[in-house]
Amino acid sequence: MPVPIASTLGMLGDNLRKRKSALPLRRRAVTGWTHGLDIPRGGETVLYTGQMWQMVPAIDAMSRQLAKYEGRSSARLFSVARSMNKVLNLTPFLARTSARERAAFDERLRNIAKLLKAAQVPFGYLYEDDLYAGGLAHDEGLDEAFRVQAQRVADALRRHGVRRVITVDPHTTNMLRSVYPTVVPGFDVQVKSYLEVLAERRLSATTKLGETVTFHDSCVYARYEGVLEEPRSLMKEGGITVLEPEMSGKLTFCCGGPLESLFPGKSAEIASRRVGQLSAVSKRVVTACPLCMANLKRVAPAGVTIEDVSDYLVKAYCPTPVPA
Amino acid sequence: MKVDTEFLSALKLGGEFDARMCINCGTCTALCPLGVELMPRRLFRYALLGNRDAVLGEAETIFSCLLCRLCEANCPAGIHIAENVRTLRTVVNRDVYGLAEA
Ligand code: SF4
Ligand code: SF4
Repeated sequence: MPVPIASTLGMLGDNLRKRKSALPLRRRAVTGWTHGLDIPRGGETVLYTGQMWQMVPAIDAMSRQLAKYEGRSSARLFSVARSMNKVLNLTPFLARTSARERAAFDERLRNIAKLLKAAQVPFGYLYEDDLYAGGLAHDEGLDEAFRVQAQRVADALRRHGVRRVITVDPHTTNMLRSVYPTVVPGFDVQVKSYLEVLAERRLSATTKLGETVTFHDSCVYARYEGVLEEPRSLMKEGGITVLEPEMSGKLTFCCGGPLESLFPGKSAEIASRRVGQLSAVSKRVVTACPLCMANLKRVAPAGVTIEDVSDYLVKAYCPTPVPA
Repeated sequence: MKVDTEFLSALKLGGEFDARMCINCGTCTALCPLGVELMPRRLFRYALLGNRDAVLGEAETIFSCLLCRLCEANCPAGIHIAENVRTLRTVVNRDVYGLAEA
């Protein structure tokens, strides 16, 4: 039995309508990762996070709370929580995260910004207008809440005169590139994942890492957006040997992440199966999605590391700063 | 079994519910990480037969789909399975969970 679905989805819809996010974060939590990077505000090309990397530690914390209620008759408690959440944002209470957890996810955004700079790609950032793209509402069939959010994002991009968007996770890439044009009339912003942008530039690595890993394709990059070769070619040029697990590329096996909130038990079971397939090939697993990374990490046994592709790429393509 | 024509038209309105082309081969169910007999072939059968109660009675199962498209990548009939599940979710949200959207 899952956690009470109706109240959980109700809260998601309420948050999106009222607070413009699935899990409304404080402003600093959204934009803090940019500290010291001097990324200009706005511009025709922007790096767009859709708050995904920033939100995952909060999703994690929230799921730990929700998991306590899986299989218990807690419908009433959830319905009370939903009513309270309408007037008071409960996210900071239900999804308490530590500075260390947040910093680990922010670091991946910093990696990506450094990689784009190393590749001499000019880009800006929308700061407080870097809004959540609404993917969860879309997936859960809350179509109207999603449509309203998509329109808000489109309006923000238009206001800033954005023509091109560089995304940093598969879900935001899919929403902006493939779903927005079907729900926002006239949406014609060009959308590319940073992996595509970097791969197009045919960069030369500054350091050949000489490491061996296995790569977990995200379902959304692989089967929705066709991003398959880019991470592989970038790693290969960086001197990384990429071993393919059982079920890879277009036939990849899900990390279980989409079920994390509503069916935490099932989600962990699927994640364990995937970690088994991956670690049979290499104990060093590389992902390209914050949700995959978090979900696989949760069940990975000692000795199996789950890291983001940007962790490796930053070492291969960004010159190491000379110590002062 | 009651055939609910209103339910059938709701599915058409909810998006492109294209399970009609299904040849019932079972590939999707065999591959699905959920390992649930109902998913997704049987569920679509019920929906196409207009068996509203059978579909809405499976609300939880409908929300357990990962939308991972592993089934779709191997479906010989090219059915948009994940999008069909999403369409069913919109109906469940409205008719079972009372999440009528303003
Ligand atoms: S999309 Fe849903 S039905 Fe298809 S394989 Fe994935 S979990 Fe199963
Ligand atoms: S794989 Fe496609 S054709 Fe075969 S049972 Fe599933 S939906 Fe029907």
